[in-house]
Amino acid sequence: MSGLIKVGISDYAKSRAPDIIVTYALGSCVGICLYDNVRKIGGLSHIMLPESSMASRTETNRMKFADTALDDITRELMGMGAGRLTAKIAGGAQMFAVSAMGAMGDIGGRNVRAVKAALARLKIPIIAEDTGRDYGRTVYFDLSTGIMKVQSIGKSTQEL
Amino acid sequence: MINNYEELSDMHIDVLREIGNIGAGNAATSLGMILDAEVGIQLPKVQITDFDSAVEALGGAEAMTVGVLLNFSGEANGMIMFLLKIEDAENITSILVEEDASGEKGLSDIKLSAIKEIGNILGSAYVNSIALLTGLRIDISVPYIAIDMAGAILSVPIIEFGAVGDKVMFIEEGFFTAEKQLDSDVVMFAEVDTLQRIMGRLGLEV
Repeated sequence: MSGLIKVGISDYAKSRAPDIIVTYALGSCVGICLYDNVRKIGGLSHIMLPESSMASRTETNRMKFADTALDDITRELMGMGAGRLTAKIAGGAQMFAVSAMGAMGDIGGRNVRAVKAALARLKIPIIAEDTGRDYGRTVYFDLSTGIMKVQSIGKSTQEL
Repeated sequence: MINNYEELSDMHIDVLREIGNIGAGNAATSLGMILDAEVGIQLPKVQITDFDSAVEALGGAEAMTVGVLLNFSGEANGMIMFLLKIEDAENITSILVEEDASGEKGLSDIKLSAIKEIGNILGSAYVNSIALLTGLRIDISVPYIAIDMAGAILSVPIIEFGAVGDKVMFIEEGFFTAEKQLDSDVVMFAEVDTLQRIMGRLGLEV
């Protein structure tokens, strides 16, 4: 029996086949699916902000930021026995056509760039991507196949 | 001195609820004039919740939602969102806009403009009443609209106001009319500094 594991905002989960990990309604946040396709081990991280340097001194939630979340989940996947990881990413939309929105700017785009920088630093190649634009995405990550299924309103479902 | 939303006391929350009540009261009067109907408001709710619970409270992650966003800035910084389910968006616009001759289903451009303008009027009435009450200078942006999953729409304020800590604070007001089904929410998010400044202006020690 495969289980469905839900990942919330600034949260991540890891498991192995045949489980499916889902995160709902990514807007400007980014979902990152990491996978070892030999051992069928993977994880899904739902990050909210680019860098932990934005955090206050008292900040404790490392799962909120692209850099710390990806460091931690990668280490935990290795701890489960994962070897070579690949990444598929989705989200990072700009939900409102706001040109200058203060300090946050185009936060979706900045989140995507921060995710790519963190993955490059961890030497994890990105093999599929559905990012940017102006709509929300729900992501299902199937640990049996490594397929990332992306659902959006009014658009056909993509299997990447 | 308050550093994050979790440090707000019950007394602070009572004051915020009252501010919400005044803001929403003005907004309801404006909406009533547009719709030519009596518009009621529910008791405002001040919520301090984790991110996922905020999405759940405002419709649920995948609920198809129409959202109008106004940013406010100046001596107070925050966002006002007018949120309604897609069916309610249809209902509210059917009062204002004649059915399209084409019989087009869904929300036409003209209906979307109508929703955007309603959000604009509600949000402006809300923010102006806070400005009047506190004497703070507050600028309001033009309205922006999105139709999508509630979770995706709400990622915008959650990212903006959830950068510090693991919770967001919002003041939620439900609007309803007697005749037409019109469930909609006006939701205010504001920076912690802004909340302190507003309460300070009202004579509350923080």
